[in-house]
Amino acid sequence: MLHTTLLLASTRPALPDILVFAASAAVILVGAVGVVTSRNPVHAALSLVMTLFGVAVLFIEQEADFLAAVQIIVYAGAIVVLFLFVIMFLGVDRSEDVEVEPLGGQRPLAYILLGITLAGILAMAATSHWVTGAHQVVGPIQGHITASSSSPSGEVAQLGKQLFTTYLFAFEATAALLVIAVVGAVVLARRPPVPQDSESERAEGKLSS
Amino acid sequence: MIASLLATPVNTGKLVVPHIRYLSILPPMIMIGGAVLLLALASLVSRPLRVRVGTWGTVLISGTALGISLWQWTDVGDHGAHTYVAHAVVMDGFSVLITMLISAAMLVTALVADGYLNREGVEGSEFYVLALVSASGAMLMGMANDLIIVFLGLEILSIALYVLTAYNHRRGASGEAALKYFLLGGFSSAIFVYGIALTYGATGSTNLTQIADFLAKNVLLTDGLLLAGVSLLLVGFGFKVAAVPFHMWTPDVYQGAPSPVTGFMAAVAKAGAFAALLRVLLSSFGVISSDWRPIIFGMAVLSLVLGSVLALRQRDVKRMLAYSSINHAGFILLGVESARASGVSASLYYLFAYTFMTIGSFAIVTVLGREGDGDHDLTRYRGLARRQPVLALAFAVLLLAQAGAPFTTGLWAKLQVVFAAISGGSVPLAVIAMVTAVIAGYFYLRVAVLMYAGGDDARADAPQPAGSPEPHAMISFASPEGAHANVTTINDELLMTGEAPAPFGEDLPSVLPVPALTGVAIGLCVGVTVVFGVWPSPLVDFAHQASLLFLG
Amino acid sequence: MIGALWNTLQTAPDQGGGDPLFVFGLNWGVVLIVAVKVLVAFGVLLVATALMIWFERKVISDMQSRVGPNRAGPWGLLQTLADGTKLIFKEDLLPDRADIFVFKLAPYLSVIPAVLIFAVVPVGGTITLGTHTFELQVSDPPMGILFVLAMSGIAVYGVMLAGWSSGSKYPLLGSVRASAQVISYEAALGMSVVTVVLVSRSLSTRAIVAAQSNGFWHWNLIRLGFFPFIFFMIAITAELTRPPFDLTEAEQELVGGFHTEYSSIRFGLFFLAEFMNTITMSAVVVTLFFGGPNGPIPHAIPGATIYMPIVYFILKTVAFCFIYVWFRAALPRLRYDQLMDLGWKRLIPLTLAWLLMVASVLTWRWWGLVMLPVVVVSAVLLFRANHLGSGRSEEDAIIPVVGRRVTGAPRLTPVDAPHGGDA
Repeated sequence: MLHTTLLLASTRPALPDILVFAASAAVILVGAVGVVTSRNPVHAALSLVMTLFGVAVLFIEQEADFLAAVQIIVYAGAIVVLFLFVIMFLGVDRSEDVEVEPLGGQRPLAYILLGITLAGILAMAATSHWVTGAHQVVGPIQGHITASSSSPSGEVAQLGKQLFTTYLFAFEATAALLVIAVVGAVVLARRPPVPQDSESERAEGKLSS
Repeated sequence: MIASLLATPVNTGKLVVPHIRYLSILPPMIMIGGAVLLLALASLVSRPLRVRVGTWGTVLISGTALGISLWQWTDVGDHGAHTYVAHAVVMDGFSVLITMLISAAMLVTALVADGYLNREGVEGSEFYVLALVSASGAMLMGMANDLIIVFLGLEILSIALYVLTAYNHRRGASGEAALKYFLLGGFSSAIFVYGIALTYGATGSTNLTQIADFLAKNVLLTDGLLLAGVSLLLVGFGFKVAAVPFHMWTPDVYQGAPSPVTGFMAAVAKAGAFAALLRVLLSSFGVISSDWRPIIFGMAVLSLVLGSVLALRQRDVKRMLAYSSINHAGFILLGVESARASGVSASLYYLFAYTFMTIGSFAIVTVLGREGDGDHDLTRYRGLARRQPVLALAFAVLLLAQAGAPFTTGLWAKLQVVFAAISGGSVPLAVIAMVTAVIAGYFYLRVAVLMYAGGDDARADAPQPAGSPEPHAMISFASPEGAHANVTTINDELLMTGEAPAPFGEDLPSVLPVPALTGVAIGLCVGVTVVFGVWPSPLVDFAHQASLLFLG
Repeated sequence: MIGALWNTLQTAPDQGGGDPLFVFGLNWGVVLIVAVKVLVAFGVLLVATALMIWFERKVISDMQSRVGPNRAGPWGLLQTLADGTKLIFKEDLLPDRADIFVFKLAPYLSVIPAVLIFAVVPVGGTITLGTHTFELQVSDPPMGILFVLAMSGIAVYGVMLAGWSSGSKYPLLGSVRASAQVISYEAALGMSVVTVVLVSRSLSTRAIVAAQSNGFWHWNLIRLGFFPFIFFMIAITAELTRPPFDLTEAEQELVGGFHTEYSSIRFGLFFLAEFMNTITMSAVVVTLFFGGPNGPIPHAIPGATIYMPIVYFILKTVAFCFIYVWFRAALPRLRYDQLMDLGWKRLIPLTLAWLLMVASVLTWRWWGLVMLPVVVVSAVLLFRANHLGSGRSEEDAIIPVVGRRVTGAPRLTPVDAPHGGDA
């Protein structure tokens, strides 16, 4: 603990780090605001992609290359594509009319809450002591230099090790989550049973066949 | 080819997979494995699987899980409580009791669902698969010693419940309820994850034991991060247990879901979420209990008051039971709020009693809902005792038990949480709880009286309440639509004396068949409620022992 | 701020090195090398694409007994240049109902991933200039192959958004098809790459190539037993919507598919992206399964260690470019339901089974073959479940089936019937 605190005090992030962080943070924020403010679902989805890319860049900045790649593959490459598929398939890509408010006063209330939450988060981030996420020590990168040798690259190996030791049970329990998600999707996708008359027809068909 | 593959150097030496004591995770494994087997069976036989097969399969699976948890109980008794599988799960009296409770709830639900699925003509195998996996999620929450496992359990539990809510495609209300449940539930899960992240940021671990260690050994000068994390976790839990600021979904979802699912949801989701809540708060954040106790206090008061008061105004039995479950959540929070072992045992006991009362109640509601599962208006219960005395008696017993009548588990449950609250120094909370118990008693009794008040033929026998019904109210009951539109204007007494909206049409049989298995389920629930109400000591001791074996 | 960066550049000691990027800090030498690598790679890729277009047209003409382009330049080599010039000067049409911003954005989203993928492909060995030793590859990130997957996953955005933003029905159908297709094949693609990663024990493309050195029997193609290569080829072809998986532009059904409304240079960009993708994917296949630039090096010739790998790489890549063209000429386009069936019911189980086999053999050596009966039994069960499922859905109509067979009628059903109504 003490060691980390000392490092925190003594090392400042290098300039390129700051530049990368500022750029990607701006991208993330613009994207996030875009998701909320876009009237058109497709534009909102695109803003979401922008945010995801910004986060991926931040991951790379933290030397979490694997997470960055997975972030792009899973979120930008699959999940948002699925969003867009549904939006296009169902033809719900027209801009929403958000002028009519079913419940009055929600919008000002939302802004007030947003302000309070934002202030809270900022105050929390500024004053709190984070145990995790100590700043990186300046110096040559360890481990990546040997990436082209036959040893598995450090980060992926570490992640794998954690998954199969500390988080073994969580890893396995995820299987149940995936199974239930698939079964649930199939159950929901089943067509509602056809009306009575055609149902009796089907029953007859079954008997005769 | 294989030879060249074999020539590839592989490094397998370094990874030391943690030792797994399978006994500790056997019950959820059996539930999930059984569900997968059932699913495989259903997709490998040429005809759609008969509902009865699914029922017996589920009964067998959950019975096995119940048996295993008894074995776990003796093991915990012999060897004490420990964490297993790299400290991710814990096997102590508490977790074992929750596991037993959930297995039993699953078993009884399977019996209830059998009649329902047959009546509605819905395919059954997926229903049981979803329910089994959902129950395993609740078990995981009960045994979790890591916030990530808690979250996974929460998601496994919830996702299955969302789908189960919409299981019957023929009910429009089900789809709507499922969507509401899903959107709000997804949002609350996201908040929960954020809470985990902040807690991790503040303590450096997601493991409950390590968090407790960290908090015991370090004094946080600025604990904003930790408090924010804990309060976000409380939001997530509050949603799952349906405590008041986060209860909005409960009435709609309870009403919209198929009735057996409602019973299952009410029992299992609450058991799992309360188990995790108790463990997280007491074993990890026990040090900062002065911070979270006021929040729980507030949630408990709101749940108790709003649950009981709003239940008074409901005409739909399922909605009424939904609000009553909010009230029950408030009672269980009493035990949490006390932040002591006696509170844990009281909450456990309450969960135990509540599970059987609520599943039994919803089993009866299922039967009385007729085909289509839409017939839940209070007026339909008028004169039930004339037509189906046994069913009416069972319902009356279960309702009275929920009200906390003597000779039922309900009384002991309420007494224990109240005593726990008093011993924890929260006398005002105990007083509020007792007051709301009286209010809640009123609406439970109202249904009971309604059932015994006689049918059309015996309206004269109905006990007249003080004050005769006013004529304009009679008119409002003449048109059911109008009555529904003016739910808030309805006067309670009218439900007992007012004109029912054509209660028994020609097409509706006045005596509803009770499927044999559903009957067994109702009998079980009533039996447990009464037997352990008359002879409470074994169960009270059991819960007490479980809390003594609580690793925390 | 910029000044500080400038100072960093000025004062950083020249520690030599070049790759991995910036590991030894920034200095002018490194910046120059990186800039030159980027420019060279980009230029070569553009020229190669122009040649690829010519190559494809020529080969297809040959296979169809036509002459093909033969006017501009020797053997029509400059045809692409002429076409490009023409495209630039054509009128740029914006459809009335188009979403202008997205419409303009889409072509770039199509081109950029195609260019970027090439950045991680190792083209040759290493070169030493002064104190700097660098790899013939724009960049060798530790997650190299995942970068390829990521880029191929987001390459679909161009197609999807182009179709959607056109504000017209046929392009929209192309978009819907594209998104569904890409998601369907992503899992199979990933799992076939995982087999490669398992034996190479690294995600870095250079390490994957290095693991395949010392003779062709070490190529992943042979080590992994051909099938992952086949799965990868199918999946990546589908991912890039190349024929026979080009349902997104199916001209018989959808006029021009997603690019129906495009003209001028915007269309040109889509065109460019498609052929660039063909090249980069050939290069990726070569990297993953054919040892990349590996090959026997005659040490007698001076400098052979530098250019022979490049020659091998180019030869192998051109071979695969030819195979892609051959696919296009020989294979008829799949029907939509066949596409989905192939992806979900065949490719994913197969790649999963093969992945399990490879993993178990790697871990348990000969005992790993125990996995074989397990895989076979699961395959049989899955086959039965599939069979029953399709039978049931035909009689009960539980699940809406795309292009479902009508009992008694021949297997010719309207391909896009379920979409035509909805979208």
